[in-house]
Amino acid sequence: MKRLNGYLKAGLLLTGFLTLLIVVGYFWTPYDPSAMMAGPKLSGPTLHNLMGTDNFGRDIFSRVLKGAGTTFAIAAAVVAIGAVCGTVIGALTGYFGGVVDEVLMRFNDALTAFPSILLALVIISVLGPGNKYNVVLALGIVFIPSFARVTRTAFAALRDVNYVKSARLMGAGSGRILLVHILPNTIQVLLPAITIGFNNAVLAEASMSYLGIGVTPPDASLGYMLSEAQSMFSAAPWYAVCTGGTIILLVFGVGLIGEGLQRRGREVD
Amino acid sequence: MMTMKYAAKRIAMLLVTMVIVSFLAFVAFSLISGSAAEIMLGTQATPEKVAALEKEMGLDRPLLVRYGEWLLGFFTGDLGTSISYKQPVQQLIAPKALVTLCLSVLSFLLIVAVSIPLGVRSARRAGGRLDGVSTALNQFCMAVPPFFTGILLTWLFSTVLRWFTHGKFPDLGTDFPGAVKYLFFAAISIAIPRVAMTVRMLRSTVLGEMQKDYVRTAISRGNDRAGVLYGHVLKNALVPVVTFLAQTMAEIVAGSIVVEQVFAIPGLGRLLVASISNRDYPVVQAIVVILAFWVVLAGTVADLINQRIDPRLRLGGDA
Repeated sequence: MKRLNGYLKAGLLLTGFLTLLIVVGYFWTPYDPSAMMAGPKLSGPTLHNLMGTDNFGRDIFSRVLKGAGTTFAIAAAVVAIGAVCGTVIGALTGYFGGVVDEVLMRFNDALTAFPSILLALVIISVLGPGNKYNVVLALGIVFIPSFARVTRTAFAALRDVNYVKSARLMGAGSGRILLVHILPNTIQVLLPAITIGFNNAVLAEASMSYLGIGVTPPDASLGYMLSEAQSMFSAAPWYAVCTGGTIILLVFGVGLIGEGLQRRGREVD
Repeated sequence: MMTMKYAAKRIAMLLVTMVIVSFLAFVAFSLISGSAAEIMLGTQATPEKVAALEKEMGLDRPLLVRYGEWLLGFFTGDLGTSISYKQPVQQLIAPKALVTLCLSVLSFLLIVAVSIPLGVRSARRAGGRLDGVSTALNQFCMAVPPFFTGILLTWLFSTVLRWFTHGKFPDLGTDFPGAVKYLFFAAISIAIPRVAMTVRMLRSTVLGEMQKDYVRTAISRGNDRAGVLYGHVLKNALVPVVTFLAQTMAEIVAGSIVVEQVFAIPGLGRLLVASISNRDYPVVQAIVVILAFWVVLAGTVADLINQRIDPRLRLGGDA
């Protein structure tokens, strides 16, 4: 086992802690997140309501737990779609090259002309706004090109290295070479790409829900909660600060993991 | 000679990309534009009425014909008619595009002005005692969503300090300084994560460049590190930075969509979000294509600038 550097340790600790809270929140929250009068209206953080309450007296901590859960699940699903499809496309085009590679990469270039959130908004408006599965699908599609690009470069670089050549000489089929010989060696590139993708997905989902075209009630979402929190900032600043702070910590933790992975990758080289 | 040829080639590529981009957007919206007639008719939609209106709107003709007409209209300034506002799309968009343009340029200038000195400083201090802290701080800034910063800034500067009035955006034509002041706070929220990314990128580029032979030679001949950094390294590190800043332009556009909502700025982003909710596809389509063109254009300008800076690119090499 390679040594963990400081960034990786701090990142894993923070992300682990938040993941634990989210898992707990999935099964149990101090109050029902949508129950009104879980405490006095617009109360600041107390021992009963760790993050205070909103204008309906709902417990913000419970809502943040649920919202973070939704955000986390969506981001994970988005990264899964993007990483799996992107890796398959990138692996095939990078390894085999040829006309398909050229065409797909031009298409990729055209897609990257749309800023990711803009493209997601286009897809959302085609699929219909305000549905969490559409958000996952839209963002998932949007994240495919970046993963495809990263894996394509990695696979193209490893196509003719000696261990791949000798595997080929020993009669290994293309499938085996791609999966067993090349894929494990692209992990160095893939893992940081996944952390970056995860963070982009969290921020994109939060932005879309903030705009009211992502996740909408009754599903809890940190982005939507922030748009509620904005209108009552003077009366309940803790609402916005706790909700926004949760997004920041989630992204910060995974960002540290990504930084640590990249540094470790460089040390190995 | 080479310069002109390269520029011509790059501009031809730009046009091709623009055609592909606009075609993609057009096809995407054609998939749903069948419902445009239904939306206009609302509750009175019957299959016959929908078919009649589609014929009137020309929606029954082949896709490619409609795309050609739309593209021609796009370049002659005819973007169709908004479904919900019942007025020509270009009249609706023009004043808002100007606001978004101002916001983007302001954010961009802010990012460049702040991130370049910080990035160089961070590269010079690499390996120092505070290096780990500054890297962590950098990651933290990247994690801050612009709309959250926006909420905090609105509260601080509008509610508490009253430096601007939230929701009352001054008219660009009559009160330009006031409008810029208003946009400045929005630009800060867009800039924070972007500055962090640019600093990180600049740092790694400069550090990579410092490892090269010419730097060692220059230092061994008695130059000091700062002199080499400012005299040679920065010039060579500029090409990837210019490319990166062009991508930043794309992200600013994306950031402005959300931040306009936070600050209640009447720009393209707000119109886009409202039009998506209203299913006003002619407006959505026009804005999407304009924003995408803006991004592609930024990329082309970056390439042309790079090719002026770096003679290796001018001679067709791959630097």
